[in-house]
Amino acid sequence: MRIPVLAAVAASLLSAVAFAAEPLKVGDLEIEGLWARATPPGAVVAGGFMTITNTGASGDTLVGVASPVAGIGEVHEMKVEDGVMTMRPLDGGLPIPAGGTVTLKPGGYHIMLVDLKAPLKKGEDVPVTLTFEKAGTVEATFHVAPIGAPGPVADHSMGEGE
Amino acid sequence: MTVVRIVRYALWAAVALMLVGLGTVYYLRESGEGPLLASSIKGGPFNLVDQTGSPVTEAALKGHPSAMFFGYTFCPDICPTTLYDMTELMGELGPDADKLKVYFVTVDPERDTQAVMAEYLSAFDPRFTGLTGSREEIDRIIAAYRVYARKVERDEGPYLMDHTATVYLLDGEGALTGTLDYHEATETAVAKLRRLIGSG
Repeated sequence: MRIPVLAAVAASLLSAVAFAAEPLKVGDLEIEGLWARATPPGAVVAGGFMTITNTGASGDTLVGVASPVAGIGEVHEMKVEDGVMTMRPLDGGLPIPAGGTVTLKPGGYHIMLVDLKAPLKKGEDVPVTLTFEKAGTVEATFHVAPIGAPGPVADHSMGEGE
Repeated sequence: MTVVRIVRYALWAAVALMLVGLGTVYYLRESGEGPLLASSIKGGPFNLVDQTGSPVTEAALKGHPSAMFFGYTFCPDICPTTLYDMTELMGELGPDADKLKVYFVTVDPERDTQAVMAEYLSAFDPRFTGLTGSREEIDRIIAAYRVYARKVERDEGPYLMDHTATVYLLDGEGALTGTLDYHEATETAVAKLRRLIGSG
C-alpha cells in the first residue's frame, strides 16, 4: 500500500472516529444525533431525525434533503391536535435561528424520506445530503434505530450483531 | 307552604341533584370506575378484509373487547409508533392480551391494499388485524366511528392524510368505551386495557 493511499485510509478512519464523538460541522451549524427509524416491510416512507445548532450570528434554513435510498426527501412538521394527526412539508424549509438549537424528533419535525428503494433496517447507515440556505450542502449519515425507537441508539460503531 | 316556596324547594332540589350528578361523573372519570367514557359512538355495519384477505364485518367485534385505530402505511411517525406501542402493550398484558383484539384500519385503501397491509403488519404483534377494503366501505367505518380522515393533495409529491390518531377502546358490542391518547403513559395505557378486558 502506497503512503498516500494509506494516509487517505487513516484520515478517513480518523474522521469516522471523530464523527462518532463530535458534531458534524458545516459553516456555523453543528449537527448531531442523526438517526432514522427502521421501517416495517413494504413501507415506502421513513422518518429521519437530528439536532442542529446554529453557533453563528445569523439564521439559516434547512431547505433540502436527498438520499440515494429514497426518491424524495422532504422536511416535515407533524402535529397531533384534538386527537388528529396532521403532517405537512415545510414549504420554506426549517429555520435554524442564530444561536438556536432545533431538534427533529418523533412527534415534531422530521425528515421524510419518500419512495424508499428498500426498507431501512436496524443498524444500517443511510447516507443523506442536507442543504442549508447559507451554510450550503453537507453529507451526513442516519444511523438506523429499531422501529418505534424513541431516540437514537447508542454508538453502534463497535459492531452490532446485525 | 306557598306555591313560591314549593317552587323554590323544587329548584334547590334540582340544583342539588345536578351537583351530585356532575360530582359522580367527575368521580367516575377520575377514579376510573364505570365506563371509561360515556359515548354515543356505537359503530355500525362495514364489510372489509383483513391482511390475509378474509372478510371482516362488524360482527367480528362482538363478544370481546377491542382496540381499534386508524392510520396509513404512508406515515413515517405516528402510525408505526402506535403499532409499535400497541405491540409493547400486548407484551405488558401477558396472557390477558389474548382476550383483546387489535385492529389497524387504513384510511388510505387506495395505497394500503391487502398485500401492503400484510407486509407492513408483519413487523408488529402477529395478533393484530389490519383492515382495508373499498373506499366506500372504509368511509363507512370512518363515519360509524366518527373518525376524522382527510386526503391532502399537494402540488408536488405524493398525497398525505390527516387522520384521528386516538386509539379507540371498544366494548363487546363494538361501541366506543374509552380511548388511548397519543403518548399516553405506558402504565395508564396498561391500566385502561386491563380494565377494558376485565382483568384489572
